[in-house]
Amino acid sequence: MNDAVKRHEYDVVVIGAGGAGLRAAIEASAMGVRTALICKSLLGKAHTVMAEGGIAAALGNVWKEDNWKVHFRDTMRGGKLLNHWRMAQIHAQEAPDRVLELEEWGALFDRTKDGLILQRDFGGHRYARLAHVGDRTGLEMIRTLQDHAVHRGIDVFMETTMFRLLTEDGRVSGAIGYDRQKGELALFHAKAVVLATGGVGKAWKVTSNSWEYTGDGFAMALEAGAELIDMEMTQFHPTGMVWPTSVRGLLVTEGVRGDGGTLKNANGERFMFKYIPEFFKAETADNEAEADRWYEDKTNRRTPDLLPRDEVARAINAEVKAGRGSPHGGVFLDIASRRSAEYIKRRLPSMYHQFMQLAGVDITKEAMEIGPTLHYIMGGVRVDPDSTQSTVPGLFAAGEVAAGMHGANRLGGNSLSDLLVFGRRAGLYAAEYAKRLARMPLLDEQQVSRRSQEILAPLERRGGENPYALHAELTDTMQDLVGIIRTADELRQALTRIDSLRTRAARCAVASGRVYNPSWHLALDLRTMLLCSEAVTRSALLREESRGGHTRDDYPKPDPDWGKKNVVTRLRDGQVELRTASLPEAPSELRALLGEEKPSAKVAVPAGAE
Amino acid sequence: MPTVKVNVFRGDASGGELKRYDVPTDPGMVVLDVVHRIQATQEPDLAVRWNCKAGKCGSCSAEINGLPKLMCMTRMDTFEEGEEITVTPVKTFPVIRDLVTDVSYNYEWAKTIPAFKPKPKEADGTRRMYQDDVERVQEFHKCIECFLCQDVCHVIRDHEEDKAGFAGPRYFVRLAALEMHPLDTNDRTELIRQKYGLGYCNITKCCTDVCPEHIHITDNAIIPLKERVVTSTYDPVGWALRRMRGKPATLAAGEPEPPSA
Repeated sequence: MNDAVKRHEYDVVVIGAGGAGLRAAIEASAMGVRTALICKSLLGKAHTVMAEGGIAAALGNVWKEDNWKVHFRDTMRGGKLLNHWRMAQIHAQEAPDRVLELEEWGALFDRTKDGLILQRDFGGHRYARLAHVGDRTGLEMIRTLQDHAVHRGIDVFMETTMFRLLTEDGRVSGAIGYDRQKGELALFHAKAVVLATGGVGKAWKVTSNSWEYTGDGFAMALEAGAELIDMEMTQFHPTGMVWPTSVRGLLVTEGVRGDGGTLKNANGERFMFKYIPEFFKAETADNEAEADRWYEDKTNRRTPDLLPRDEVARAINAEVKAGRGSPHGGVFLDIASRRSAEYIKRRLPSMYHQFMQLAGVDITKEAMEIGPTLHYIMGGVRVDPDSTQSTVPGLFAAGEVAAGMHGANRLGGNSLSDLLVFGRRAGLYAAEYAKRLARMPLLDEQQVSRRSQEILAPLERRGGENPYALHAELTDTMQDLVGIIRTADELRQALTRIDSLRTRAARCAVASGRVYNPSWHLALDLRTMLLCSEAVTRSALLREESRGGHTRDDYPKPDPDWGKKNVVTRLRDGQVELRTASLPEAPSELRALLGEEKPSAKVAVPAGAE
Repeated sequence: MPTVKVNVFRGDASGGELKRYDVPTDPGMVVLDVVHRIQATQEPDLAVRWNCKAGKCGSCSAEINGLPKLMCMTRMDTFEEGEEITVTPVKTFPVIRDLVTDVSYNYEWAKTIPAFKPKPKEADGTRRMYQDDVERVQEFHKCIECFLCQDVCHVIRDHEEDKAGFAGPRYFVRLAALEMHPLDTNDRTELIRQKYGLGYCNITKCCTDVCPEHIHITDNAIIPLKERVVTSTYDPVGWALRRMRGKPATLAAGEPEPPSA
């Protein structure tokens, strides 16, 4: 077997070419360092392209009252105060500049009457804050970054998957993986590596994520000695399609509710009024009239349809369990009866087409059927809030793969801005790090040869397990046992199953041939998905409270002590090891912005729904 | 739902053939689901490119019964019961394996297009553009780069030799987006005429017909670009203005000049 390795040398290697990776590569190359951008898919196809509703930034174009302090407050409260305060602060302060910068690079956002960038309402944001282009904001963002990047002298390696990081004395020296098109091994010798690899949604059955979301960055970071935090914090987006089965999980933008859509159960009841938690009571409308007035007049309290995603997802879950769901096991999302057909088609064109073409549903005439879908991982690589450097020197992380910014729950719209703000910082600090380094780190040829053998191993086995079947078993396990509502018993069962799947995955055999062989790719991705699934499940078992994207049926309340702790995951001798660490406390002037006390009330579940 | 008969191209750069599969289907399935089912249960190495499965990323382009389409947006219930379905890779680009083709032609053209260059900001430091003005260009920004318009375009579909002098409909859309951008100041008219080969297009509208985003490629991008080229090249006022403004972007020495617009 040909195990020749194609070798490249760069100062900064960025892995992942969604919003964070592209922005990081642009910044690194602007710093004058040799920069490579590596992506699993073709350029411009990363998951950022799927983002619909908008980019959160306190531009103040629609509501003059908005500013970074309000955005900071909303982000922290939405994250149930488990966020790293400094990341939330940097994000709120820098997001407007990053959005305006996209405009300098050619992006065309929808406009206000005065010709400025229009902003729309979204869950958990006090003011209309999301810069957007209809419901295809992610496409505008990724294409703008892509078109800007191609003129920056960045070398792009498409359809190339990175498998492991390489290290010299505990600091990064590069990464090794394979070129999907040619089937060749590819080694990137580098001074610094930026992970921008997104999350691990593909470990769940119902997810809005594409095949790329296999936790490569989490696994590579862990295996290189970095720490992850709060992997139990997984976001179930409340509104995914539920029917037909083949599109189950596909995202339905929060913009539907931002633009006036409302959730209803099988009885036609706007049920969210029953699920307003104590923590958000003061700012949430408790009657339909006030909720409807809020869209036009922000002196009213916000509609509970736009509570943060964790609250809405749990409420939908409870309605379905109580027997008040829609025919295909979701609830109804109705904008047809509330806005004109012309308005819906203008504001939500891709939702209109998505439902028309894939479900045969005209959303200007009838309600959509929707239900929760695994969408985002709040947990991830523990990073320095200013530089995005992980606990491994030379390893940086930005976007979904990094943690801290969103705490226990991410607000809609805060991801695109996160990608830009921390993508830029990752590129900047990685380039500075590379410049400071006196020499290229040394490559450990034993590491190279060991990793090369691991990559090629599935191709050399015969008669083993089918990787597709193993993947299906893993997604069933995570869906059934590590879902929206968790218990210790089920989490332990999940660990047993993950353990057995790992043994079987090590015997996985694939079809022959190295050129574009998806069975080989999946066999390798199973390894990362299994490691991430174990990290999520063990972290979920350790955190004995309910907070944000982590709900324990056996510990239904937030616990103030747990609210001060991160769950830290690392590998020791190849084994997942957990501990807790104190959450850094915000300085008093920022704490003062947060207003109400930490959450103490039980997660709201109405009578009869339990 | 019944079992369907699907013919899928299996092969690589050196050649290949259609192979027939019987695939059980469920209600609501799309062609991409069927291909994935073949992969998971019969042919683990069947190569197919895909990402979003929602018509937003433009990865899963193929020819379904000879028509360029996105596999993720083609529902199985649009076929007659018992109809045989044939899935082949897009024809204009070289096959890598099975349904996956080498689309680097497109990325190479993208690199050559002169970047967006905005005019100065307003006196108050803002950028003011009005919805009516941006909407025209927003239509072009809907492009998901599925390259189906490139696949169907007869200029390059059957003429490998013309690829070097013809950027194709996708890049006419991109050029139109830049040229009509309310803030852009770069002048690409000469390049559009000389380098990108707009003159080869004889507006048969095949590209518009296959665009999954329903962009009016011919009417809103190509024809206005042709008008600009004509005005700038043959209109004496345009010619004089161009002379006064200085030298616009042009061909490098030795580059061939394609037919006029």
